[in-house]
Amino acid sequence: MRSILLVVAVAALYILHQDIWFWRSPYLVFGFIPIGLFYHGVFSIAAALLMWLLVTYAWPSHLEREVEQTKPREDERA
Amino acid sequence: MIPAIVVFIYLATVLYIGIFAFRRSSGREKAEDYFLASRSLGPFVFLFSLFGTNMTAFAILGSSGHAFSNGIVTFGLMASSSGLVIPLTIFLIGTRVWALGKKYGFMTPVQMFRDRWECSHIGTAIFVVQAVLLVPYIIIGIMGGGTTLYTISGGAVPYWFGGAIVALVVMGYVFFGGMRGTAWVNTFQTVLFLCFGAAALIVIGVGMGGFTTAAQAMQKSPLAYLLTRERISPYYFFSYTFIPLSAIAFPHILIFCLTAQKMSQFKKTVIFYPLCILAIWLPCVFLGVMANRVADVPEIRAKQEARRVLATQGKNMAPEQRDELREQSGGDDVIMLLLQRYAPLWLAGLLGAGIMAAVMASDSQILALSTMFTEDVFAFYGGKRRFGEAVQVQTGRLFIIIITLVAYAVALRAPETIFELAIQYAFSGYAALSPLLVAALFWKGSTKWGALAVTVWTAFAVVAVAVFQAAVPAPAPGPATVVWSLGGAEVLTRTPGGTAVFGFMPVVPMVIVSALLMWLVSLATQKPARSTVARYF
Repeated sequence: MRSILLVVAVAALYILHQDIWFWRSPYLVFGFIPIGLFYHGVFSIAAALLMWLLVTYAWPSHLEREVEQTKPREDERA
Repeated sequence: MIPAIVVFIYLATVLYIGIFAFRRSSGREKAEDYFLASRSLGPFVFLFSLFGTNMTAFAILGSSGHAFSNGIVTFGLMASSSGLVIPLTIFLIGTRVWALGKKYGFMTPVQMFRDRWECSHIGTAIFVVQAVLLVPYIIIGIMGGGTTLYTISGGAVPYWFGGAIVALVVMGYVFFGGMRGTAWVNTFQTVLFLCFGAAALIVIGVGMGGFTTAAQAMQKSPLAYLLTRERISPYYFFSYTFIPLSAIAFPHILIFCLTAQKMSQFKKTVIFYPLCILAIWLPCVFLGVMANRVADVPEIRAKQEARRVLATQGKNMAPEQRDELREQSGGDDVIMLLLQRYAPLWLAGLLGAGIMAAVMASDSQILALSTMFTEDVFAFYGGKRRFGEAVQVQTGRLFIIIITLVAYAVALRAPETIFELAIQYAFSGYAALSPLLVAALFWKGSTKWGALAVTVWTAFAVVAVAVFQAAVPAPAPGPATVVWSLGGAEVLTRTPGGTAVFGFMPVVPMVIVSALLMWLVSLATQKPARSTVARYF
């Protein structure tokens, strides 16, 4: 279930990148940042949060274990 | 001249760090130590060097130049899409490649492909395509170095000399320092250019009397389109999300993934990557757009005039005249012109050093090419067995000299702007190679023939796009030239900035066809032995 939610979150963020709703708006946030630029700045922060979620809840720790298990065998061969 | 002197001091510092500061090995050198720093990089160096290696001249000069001409769209096109796709691919692919490298001793992607698909010469074909596509990336660094030193010195350091100095400095610390030197230089450079964005924003903002007046004046001017994306097709915008797939397929990025001491070191890199991109790109794009409101810098006005003439009279001009105007209107040096105008001399020098830091990211590409040549060709075809590991390292060093000289010679003659050159060839090509990694790591059924099909297709597609763009001149700004239409649909068009296939950039069909070829050809051909597949899944 957790994996499915994370895949959905990745897909949702990918879709949210195509922000057609701000396409033609020259509105200035805080009086000087174009809304299209501001949106994608916030999008980048959202991407960092998503990466934190992936690292926290979907870290491929089995790869680390495999490497650890392989090491002693290599040492024995040596 | 003071800013140029500060930049020269910076170059000397970089050379010192790369050659001496973190040198460990002495006596007979091991290939793994020279090319991979003995897989021992710590979390801080790994994060900053991996990020720095992916940020070239393109990140500061190309982004601000593109934003100067095209507006805020630049950030969404390359920065925010990269902030999602690149860390995701590092998380999914980089970690797995690291684990395989630790388990089986791989030093290059081709070594992994050869083992995974039980192939030899097909691996060599992949090496050739990877190497050819990497060279433009190295050229970008040298071109950026020449442009930067020329502008910072007010023309006192000619382009050819600036490019030569950058090439020599990079060659020096890569030659002597190998991966360890390169990683530490990249770390130093990344810290410097992470500071650059904020510092440049503050200095130029104060100089311009704040951005509010400039932005609001632009909102009411004919240049208001630069604050929106109204002149950009949503298909074109979507296409750009395919470009960051190239990052993980670049050999220098994948080889960097092998240098981490522990897999946990990927965690910080994955999380902080989007924030690092934000810190560099947002100020550069914003400043590039705002440069259009600077009226008292003659060079910027000349660029705007060239852009205006191209837009109003371009249709009636010869293609060569249009190309000339395009070059004149290019904004790759716009951020340095802003610094010259608004920053005090000593600060302009320091910020110029920040730009140089980004420009000189070609070091890892040079080292990667050398690693690939010595491992995938020299060692694979018996050189290491016959001459030993010390000769292998010396061969790598000789290769570094040759490749730098070739890249410099090409950089002196290449007329394209930094941004276009990078996008059209290297990035699209590597994005099309990314299905190789996905198939090798996630699909048991993939075969060497599928890999060959992807490689041949990528080479063909890159050459086809280059030939097409050389044969059909770019039209003036406005409607694209339709070259092939079918049932009312525009299949192939030549746009002012490149090529479109069904409205998408070529990278979209290139990646999709690559993935399809890998799938279909693998289904029809013999799989590797079970024992081989079992080592990967």
